[in-house]
Amino acid sequence: MNRARYERRKLNNTIFLLTSLLATAFGLSWLLAILGNLLISGITHINLDLFTKMTPPPPGEGGGLANAIVGSLIMSAIAVAIGTPVGILAGTWLAEYGRYSRFAQVVRSLNDILLSAPSIVIGLFVYELIVATTHHFSGFAGACALAFIVIPIVLRQTETMLLLVPNSLREATSALGAPTAFIVQRVIWRSARAGIITGVLLAIARISGETAPLLFTALNNAFWSTDLNAPMASVPVVIFQMAVSPYKGWHELAWAGALLITATVLLLSVIARIIGSEDKHR
Amino acid sequence: MTDNPKISIRDLEFYYGKSRALHGITMPLHERKVTAFMGPSGCGKSTLLRVLNRIYQLYPNQRAVGEVLLDGQDILSPAQDVNLLRASVGMVFQKPTPFPMTIFENVAFGIRLYEKLSKAQLRDRVEDALRRAALWDEVKDKLHMSGLALSGGQQQRLCIARTIATRPEVILLDEPASALDPISTGKIEELIHELKAEYTIAIVTHNLQQAHRVSDYTAFMYLGDLVEFGTTEQMFGDPKDPKTKEYISGHFG
Repeated sequence: MNRARYERRKLNNTIFLLTSLLATAFGLSWLLAILGNLLISGITHINLDLFTKMTPPPPGEGGGLANAIVGSLIMSAIAVAIGTPVGILAGTWLAEYGRYSRFAQVVRSLNDILLSAPSIVIGLFVYELIVATTHHFSGFAGACALAFIVIPIVLRQTETMLLLVPNSLREATSALGAPTAFIVQRVIWRSARAGIITGVLLAIARISGETAPLLFTALNNAFWSTDLNAPMASVPVVIFQMAVSPYKGWHELAWAGALLITATVLLLSVIARIIGSEDKHR
Repeated sequence: MTDNPKISIRDLEFYYGKSRALHGITMPLHERKVTAFMGPSGCGKSTLLRVLNRIYQLYPNQRAVGEVLLDGQDILSPAQDVNLLRASVGMVFQKPTPFPMTIFENVAFGIRLYEKLSKAQLRDRVEDALRRAALWDEVKDKLHMSGLALSGGQQQRLCIARTIATRPEVILLDEPASALDPISTGKIEELIHELKAEYTIAIVTHNLQQAHRVSDYTAFMYLGDLVEFGTTEQMFGDPKDPKTKEYISGHFG
């Protein structure tokens, strides 16, 4: 055994470990700085008014984000209601029916493209599709744009989770004489349930911060409105509008809104993690 | 031999893509008897079993050529409904495959596919299947627990209960005890003994002693060929083929 050679390896190992640690610390410190900054600037304006009062006119003394929060909730809910079934069914088709076919491969790559498409492009598409044809901005158009973001995420996650279900389970169910649709609904979905729910939660987290697809679909609304046929406020768009304004009161509300979104995303990720880990222990 | 063939396999060939895994197998499976398939890994014994309920069809590129007659009907013909075939030819796999649902639901699953029963009738059928799989006493107080919470040996007996609950005519066992401890293995073997009163059973096994203990007929396969087929007594007592003799005495495999 060559002692010197071994010592050199050991030194190499230490250096490598230290470099990795430094890189991690570097990356994490920025994340912590962002979160800290957000917390310090936003926390003072988190109060009841934020949830009960409308967005104020400039210069933005008092007031809250009630109309924007409700708008975001409505559009996200509709987007999930449209995107989830489409995503799950399409993902199921890819994993259980189309799996080996050439057409499935085409669908898979198209979905990957949709998955990584800049969200502003999706916004433009919905603008052409709905806003330009109805001649007005609307909450519905905003919800559709968000749905187009939800679909590829849920689809990909569903397919991935179904492919993780072992083939032995498909064989065992088939061996009882069960048709494919029955196997999927009763056994395969059930086995992959936690993973699919996680996918939906992550999709919600993703759209809750999206601004670009809403800018020229739902636009914005300074007043309380739950009319899907009219422009609708949303937290990200309101943050954008207020942050670029010169008014101090608006800036403060924008910070509070940003903190609100971040907290929501964090909460959703934590829930997704809990569901995922519970499934492993089952 | 006075036994009736329940299944007759004739000139069966099997292909994984272009590679041929079975080279013209011809043999019977006798009614209400246990037929064991033995041979070294890759000899095609599992492949043969997977033809008998056409489970291979789940995968593209797998293809069987020849005839397999079940009560005189060719199950390989396109006219054969594959789900109905599988309802009458049940299968238990090497690895226990409980469904992610309660113990009760696991057994009721297959029954519900083909029969509409009242709650009481369904309960009776589930109990009957679990009793026959020698699992009832261990699970009767926890029927509403997940099937995944059982031990490996219990899970395998649950799968057997699930298979017999649908009242098939033939049961295929693909190395059902190879992942189990000796005690569970013993229970499964006892079970096979009892089941053959009602079912035609085919079992694939790596374990020579197991083949000797549980079967009435034995088939020895090697590299996709059926080397020898006969009563278990004759195969283990007086094998005709030198390869069979070698395998049984433990010289290869």
